[in-house]
Amino acid sequence: MKLIEDANKQALARILEGEPRLIDIVTARDVLEGLKERMILHAGPPITWDRMCGPMRGAVAGAIVFEGWAPDLEAAFELAAGGGVAFHPNHHFGAVGPMTGMTTVSMPVFVVENVKYGNRAYCAINEGLGKVMRFGGNDDSVLARLAWLRDVFGPVLARSIRAHGGIDLKAIIARGLSMGDEMHQRNLACSSVFLREIGSALARTSNDNEVLASCIGFIAQNDQFFLNIAMAMGKALTDPANGIRGSTVVTAMCRNGTDFGVRVSGLGDRWFTAPVEMPEGLYFPGYSRKDANPDMGDSAIVETVGLGGFAMAAAPAVAGFIGAGAPSSAGNFTRAMSEITVGQNPEWTIPALDFAGVPTGIDVRLVVETGLAPVINTGIAHREPGIGQVGAGVVRAPMACFRQAVLAIAEDLGVS
Amino acid sequence: MVIKQEGTPSGRLLMSKPSVVNVGLAGFVKDLRDCDIEVVQVDWTPPADGDPKMAALLAKLGT
Amino acid sequence: MSAFVLNEIRKGFYLDSVALMRLSREIASAAGVVEAALMMGTPSNQAILRNAGLLDGEVIAQGNDLILAIKAESEAAASAALAEAQKALDRPKTSSTGEAAWRPRSIAAAVKAAPAANLALISVPGEFAAAEARKALNRGLHVLMFSDNVSIADELSLKQQAREAGLLMMGPDCGTAIIGGAPLAFANRLKRGRIGIIGASGTGTQEVSCLLSEAGEGISHAIGVGGRDLKKEIGGITTLMAIDALDADPETDHVVLISKPPHPDVARAVLGRVGRSSKPYTVCFIGAAAADLPPNARFATTLREAAEKTLGNGRSIGGTFDAAAVAARLPQRRRAAQRIEGLFAGGTLCAEAQVILAAGGRKVASNAAIPGVPHFGEPEAQGRDRIVDLGADEHTQGRPHPMIDPSVRDDALRAALADPAVAVILLDLVIGYGAHANPAAHLAAVVAGRADDAPVLVASVTGTELDRQVRSAQIRLLEDAGIVVAPSNAHACDLALALSVNDVRMPRYANTQ
Repeated sequence: MKLIEDANKQALARILEGEPRLIDIVTARDVLEGLKERMILHAGPPITWDRMCGPMRGAVAGAIVFEGWAPDLEAAFELAAGGGVAFHPNHHFGAVGPMTGMTTVSMPVFVVENVKYGNRAYCAINEGLGKVMRFGGNDDSVLARLAWLRDVFGPVLARSIRAHGGIDLKAIIARGLSMGDEMHQRNLACSSVFLREIGSALARTSNDNEVLASCIGFIAQNDQFFLNIAMAMGKALTDPANGIRGSTVVTAMCRNGTDFGVRVSGLGDRWFTAPVEMPEGLYFPGYSRKDANPDMGDSAIVETVGLGGFAMAAAPAVAGFIGAGAPSSAGNFTRAMSEITVGQNPEWTIPALDFAGVPTGIDVRLVVETGLAPVINTGIAHREPGIGQVGAGVVRAPMACFRQAVLAIAEDLGVS
Repeated sequence: MVIKQEGTPSGRLLMSKPSVVNVGLAGFVKDLRDCDIEVVQVDWTPPADGDPKMAALLAKLGT
Repeated sequence: MSAFVLNEIRKGFYLDSVALMRLSREIASAAGVVEAALMMGTPSNQAILRNAGLLDGEVIAQGNDLILAIKAESEAAASAALAEAQKALDRPKTSSTGEAAWRPRSIAAAVKAAPAANLALISVPGEFAAAEARKALNRGLHVLMFSDNVSIADELSLKQQAREAGLLMMGPDCGTAIIGGAPLAFANRLKRGRIGIIGASGTGTQEVSCLLSEAGEGISHAIGVGGRDLKKEIGGITTLMAIDALDADPETDHVVLISKPPHPDVARAVLGRVGRSSKPYTVCFIGAAAADLPPNARFATTLREAAEKTLGNGRSIGGTFDAAAVAARLPQRRRAAQRIEGLFAGGTLCAEAQVILAAGGRKVASNAAIPGVPHFGEPEAQGRDRIVDLGADEHTQGRPHPMIDPSVRDDALRAALADPAVAVILLDLVIGYGAHANPAAHLAAVVAGRADDAPVLVASVTGTELDRQVRSAQIRLLEDAGIVVAPSNAHACDLALALSVNDVRMPRYANTQ
């Protein structure tokens, strides 16, 4: 249908023409409109306490204690179960968060502005590996790190970003793709390039060498530091593409550990949900599939803009690491994803594919027709709260979400 | 209705060497390659996971 | 005898039907197995399996799920066969090198990968074929649709869309075409030359093109249009476009048009268009005795005649072959058998046989009856010569076409050999691209060891010396098996007639000469 083709062209153009810049780090309550005390933003589509998975509940309890709404974890669980806090998806507030994706009033969040369209998107700061809230961790060490991010790291990095005049993210991503990152399971190159970019501004704006060293050390020790920035960028790029009537382009994919949610441009803010799937992957020693929590996190926003599983060809090392097959087969993932997308991104190219652009603009029609579900690279959380990451793998978005979206588009356009 | 053929695609088909997209039986590919005809074999599976209603709807939506 | 039925579903496991049928046959041949079928779970396939008693209770499967169905004499035999089938399915597919080759999953992706592509060859199951053809037309590709079981409404809309875009929509149910030397689906290796063919019938096109090629004339293009193109509903859309294309083609001097008798309105339109052409035409509406032709066209009642009239100058097919003389040389037959049994793989060869036998005074019946011939189901079909099209839908539902798998004919052939009422068995053998690698050897094995007083076997081979099966080699294998081989299907029919004419004492053929 011409209406759909035109709408999709427009949606793709809006994603591709975005100019995302990291401009600041601010406290969530100051920028997330409508975010209040006793409100918890989580990853994925809407969910109630009774349907939340273990890590999500663990993270909620930790966030409640962190915000001081309950004195300890036990009381926090009681408060959450008794309806004492309100749950909302990050996506409803212009934000995203990895894995459990906790965002609450006092947390510092990255601010990415899409200069071309004037919209902004937000994501909390990546906590690092090991026991962390995004994997359901909630003990004292987890809360102490969050406090340090809020009180020390956030303000320091914010000053440096402002002093630097913001950072152009598209260029960093382009370099990362040529250095083996796909920006979901591997952010090593982008994190390094980011640190190189911000280094002098960080030094110039810091008045305490010990603090400066701890901040640099924190970024340098976290290979995934850039993931949260890439996610906020993804959200900033896709939001302007939402709400184009007739467009079948996906504008968000996310998971809450129970449901997978998809948003489609032509259908605005509606969620199309289906039960999440279990990632297929490799486990850290001592763990196996029986320890794994189902798929979780807003991080699939990077696949929505052509990165992650869609850019697998850029990161052959990732293909082996996450059990996706031989590194030489990485290109097949990207080629397959080009069958379900509207176009390619000429600014983000992959050397191993003769500089083909990453496949961008997932078309729900093509997903359903080919039976090729979007490939998402993902970390795997332990099913019990507080243990953290136990592996990494590949997960497919559930086909049912896309089938529902196709039916809804057809209904909206009066096609039957 | 007599159409001037040189310019029409059906006329051109006869004048050029075909280049084939094969959708279905893989056996046809070898025969064509033996005749030096370029063939791309589609790794075909029933569209929409074999749901004919969905496939028909998708066709109307223009995939 | 009690049978044990075992079913299993493999979710989302697709294999093409030919591969599945080969596997089914392999499994069915195991000890203790009554029947085995591996089929994709489309509604029509499920109905076939249910009718065959191969489904045990409720089976929940979709079109891209594979159903494994086994009927065996015991549970143990069924389980063993199922395990065998599973193992066969899991066999690694032709292990290329470490790197898995990428193949496009859709026509859209194929066209992106090969921007020069200009023709789609579609042979997916009928219920999906129209949608694939539409995608191909939308992307500016000509289409040859080998698939059948496509509705006439879909055929019309596809052909209208193709006409709008100036694209050739060959088919549905188009078995043969040769475009610029490219064999599409079933076709033969022919001399290249200056005769163009437009065929609404695949084996008709193959027979005429092979007879011409073997007689030394070459073919420019053979355009298939599909068996229903000249019906009233379609109005000859593709035939008319093919005439336009061949008219304008500088490589083509003479055009042969082959079809079943068209609807009168369509015949008028098509022959009117032929009359506006500057090139000579040979028209064969097989089953019709004549047609109202323009001056530049000549009518042929059989495929052989179509080839001869196209050759012109009194050149004939089959050289010195004399059916009466050959019949006279065959030993006499003792018993009072009367019937001719025709077992055909080629639909138009089956039609040609009906034309010739009926013209020779035989009373014939067929499952693919030409005008004036009763269908098997009708009461007057009783006791007549039976001319069977084994490629017709009722024989190929869920099985390969007899040209791909000659064993489809085996049961009928064995029954005819043992039938005391049958005097002559008439057979065709179609070789070439797409066809079985050695159908003559298969046929020879089936008829080996037949009784001394078995019916006479008369056959013809549609193909050329250039085909990989090599026509003369196939003929030799048949002759070594005691089968009489005629130079064309029409000659074979003449011989069957000569063996049957007004003679209660049938000529006898002894197997041990």
